[in-house]
Amino acid sequence: MAEGKTEDKVKLGIVTPGVGDVVREVTIQREDDDPVTWGVDAKLAVVGKETPRVDGRVKASGAARFTADIRRPGLAFARIVRCPFGHAKVKAVRLDRAKAMPGVLGVLDLKRGRATYAGAPLAAVCAETETQLDDAMRAVEVDLEPLPCVVDATDALREDAPRVDPKRANADLPAGGRGAAPPEAVAKALAAAEVKVSATYRTQIQTHSAFEPHGSVAEFGADGGLTLWTSTQGVESVQRDAAQQTGLPVGSVRVITEFMGGGFGAKFGTTECDRAAMNLAQLTKRPVWCMNDRREEHLVGGNRPDSVQALTLGGTKDGTLTVITGEVYGTPGNGTGGAGAANTRAYDIPAQSVAQFGVSTFTAVGRAFRAPGHPQGFFALEGMVDEFAHAAGLDPLDVRRRNDKHPIRRLEWPLGAKRIGWAAHRRKVPGSDPGPVKRGVGCAAGVWGNAGGGGWRIDLVLGRDGSVVVRSGVQDIGTGTKTLLAVLVAEELGLRPEAVRVEIGDSRFPPGPGSGGSTTAPSMGPVARDAGAKARAAVGALVAKEWGVEAGPLTFAAGQVKGPGGKATTFAKACSLLAPEGATVTGRRRPNYAGFHGTVGGVQFAQVAVDVETGVIRVEKVVAVHDAGRIVDALTARSQVNGGVIQGISYALYEERLLDRTSGDMVNPTLDTYRILGMADCPEIDVVFLDVANGMNNAGIMGLGEPATVPTAAAVANAVFNAIGVRLRELPMTPARVLGALAAARKGGAK
Amino acid sequence: MAPDDRAGVPPPSGLSRRDLLRGTGLAVAAGTVLRAGRDAVAEDAPAAAAGVRTQGPGAVEVTLKVNGVVRKVNVEPRETLLDVLRLPLDTTGAKRVCDRASCGACTVHLDGQAVYACAVLAVDAEGHDVTTVEGLAAGKGAALVEAFVRHDALQCGFCTPGMVMACAAAIDAHGPDLTMDQARAATAGNLCRCGTYPHVLEAALTAAKAAKGR
Repeated sequence: MAEGKTEDKVKLGIVTPGVGDVVREVTIQREDDDPVTWGVDAKLAVVGKETPRVDGRVKASGAARFTADIRRPGLAFARIVRCPFGHAKVKAVRLDRAKAMPGVLGVLDLKRGRATYAGAPLAAVCAETETQLDDAMRAVEVDLEPLPCVVDATDALREDAPRVDPKRANADLPAGGRGAAPPEAVAKALAAAEVKVSATYRTQIQTHSAFEPHGSVAEFGADGGLTLWTSTQGVESVQRDAAQQTGLPVGSVRVITEFMGGGFGAKFGTTECDRAAMNLAQLTKRPVWCMNDRREEHLVGGNRPDSVQALTLGGTKDGTLTVITGEVYGTPGNGTGGAGAANTRAYDIPAQSVAQFGVSTFTAVGRAFRAPGHPQGFFALEGMVDEFAHAAGLDPLDVRRRNDKHPIRRLEWPLGAKRIGWAAHRRKVPGSDPGPVKRGVGCAAGVWGNAGGGGWRIDLVLGRDGSVVVRSGVQDIGTGTKTLLAVLVAEELGLRPEAVRVEIGDSRFPPGPGSGGSTTAPSMGPVARDAGAKARAAVGALVAKEWGVEAGPLTFAAGQVKGPGGKATTFAKACSLLAPEGATVTGRRRPNYAGFHGTVGGVQFAQVAVDVETGVIRVEKVVAVHDAGRIVDALTARSQVNGGVIQGISYALYEERLLDRTSGDMVNPTLDTYRILGMADCPEIDVVFLDVANGMNNAGIMGLGEPATVPTAAAVANAVFNAIGVRLRELPMTPARVLGALAAARKGGAK
Repeated sequence: MAPDDRAGVPPPSGLSRRDLLRGTGLAVAAGTVLRAGRDAVAEDAPAAAAGVRTQGPGAVEVTLKVNGVVRKVNVEPRETLLDVLRLPLDTTGAKRVCDRASCGACTVHLDGQAVYACAVLAVDAEGHDVTTVEGLAAGKGAALVEAFVRHDALQCGFCTPGMVMACAAAIDAHGPDLTMDQARAATAGNLCRCGTYPHVLEAALTAAKAAKGR
């Protein structure tokens, strides 16, 4: 064995009792000083229990200062003047009149020759007060020549469509094919398929609509250093970007995101607001606040690309899926990628080959949005699986179970089916309820990676009074990262999580990862556990010396340190043995281990009621069965799943960015016209966790935020089919679309 | 008035926010030279002719009572209560999210009624008791805040101050017998992007029951 490595045999698998005895012994080679990963039989005091969010009180009492709430002496206010057209020649931006307005401190000309999306920045204005800023914004004169634009991906494919990049066709963006079966294998499988279904699914553009907009407060100190309070999912990358953009060394740039009001994938790197705030702060020598308003947030704050997915799915008449093929496109706006749909990821279909490409349009760039490609891909894939089952005369749940090889998800299907009452509530003849309100149930799978990684560090400071402070640059975007770190450190030290103070979201602390891909918990949780274990070793060594015993057998539990022969002391007293300055230890992230399974599954079941006279769909209940390796905090984990389901229903039924085809501007850039799910629409949500000792890292943690929203829209759509017997293949499933589909079915007799 | 009916207060100034809604960015009619020039504050000539007191367009001094503390502050008549709370008064619990009475993140109490602070002009709040989440949390809302924490009725926390204020109004209106449907109705005007609704309802019911002995 390599030097510095140790091998352990650990029992990994399903921790939750009563769902099947899926446990196997895995040999894990770890670095000597990394704690042994928790197996299924680990006895844990706080991990897995319900721990209230450690910053819950400061948020619920209004004391938390988000970026928009930062107040500095002499604070000035800035906003960006944006282009109202999807495509325009910017002939002139005249700022003289604005500059002369009362209270104006500085202006920036941000124009480029051609604007290629509504919302493109033209100028920025900075004033003493927000009302003065409002007046000055109106005094900016811009001379624009609107040019022909195209905002819809399908329209942009036409030969005569205006080109976003004059040098290449709009459809030239590669999005990466999914599945690489050779054409002859696909053709052979199609010819052999006993049951085949073909259909086209369409999904809309969804805006992130995080409640805290993008933006920042920038302040230069007397020493020339920059402090940037910003709403970001990546403190570390913003620090790097900001240093590069201001020409300052990284060490002279401090980025702070102590509280962050949601991102969902839209907040990485510096934004137009950050850059305007930094430049105007430099220009005016004042701290400058610059945040998007709601309209800007809808226009340019990020969106999930749309999709058109033409698919064929085939298999045997007893329900084995053998082939999936087709073509997918969507628009990432005027950006260059991310328009694919993950419509081959759930089942190991032998012959799969789906071509994917992106289409440029004159719209703001798409951004990573909670499980990029997945809600749209699974809406189509799981719709097709349902259509296949219907065509073959099979129960769609049976088809899924037959084809599902995911070792965790295989256990989740029967759990979910029982909780929703699949056998009793599934309409064997879809649409067979009497009366105008028809009910049905549907289900869908999900999947997501991964076990995190990176070379991250956490500093843990022990005080002689027993105080414990954890410091990391990583941000908490609302998922509960602070709480997760506190729980893992508390577990090692035998303390309550509230006894651990967590200071994060500051680039002065050791860097943490960007919060994307549901990797924050699996990347940082193991570092916290390692830091806690090192702190325990530091205190344990002192106590052992004091007692004249070996440190190994000491236990840390319930605030006590105990040794052989009834020796005991409190953790705080044990810490008094530390040197006057206390002790600082550093936790480290190691490479992932060979664990139980490298992806998470997740299945969801929905029950809906559809009024066929009004077209209104009500989701009555969702059962969400999820796994994320070791669940660290069952309370915040449940919130994550609730949120994923709710965003998924909102996507399925309500949300849609609507653009004016002539001007390219958004016609519903508000929260009353761009509808998101509200309290009155919220169904009962039954969250079930399958706890997995997964061994991929020292704490066995996997991510949860994204997987929770992958199956939802598909499960709801499948339930709608079961309720009304007519399939809706386009999101959102508005009353108009429901009535339209019903009318078309009556007219054509087709389903 | 039902607790979820946040129509605002009668405007003694004679100015409605509708007249004064600030445009954002540019109001554009067509190509060519665009000057979105509209005077900041319109003269309310008919009102003046009718003998109605008018304020502005410049800043006027108003006396606001916020969380029991009386503060004199200079505000322009077009400024909303939300703007004035967040800036000159530095009470930042109420959040600006939609700024047009759609989402509830700015919910405060005006004489005990839940209102959207973005839909109330600051000059119209004069003479009323304004309570923000900070004031509520420090007083009779402490148990509700604890219930929010215990049930994890928040994620990112940006809508949370508004949710707390809406729940507090529901508990005031219905007392310990607050039902799930009443709590749902009282918070129906508060949106949450993280999707925390189920836990908010749990917290409201727990806090209502705890209010029994009050």
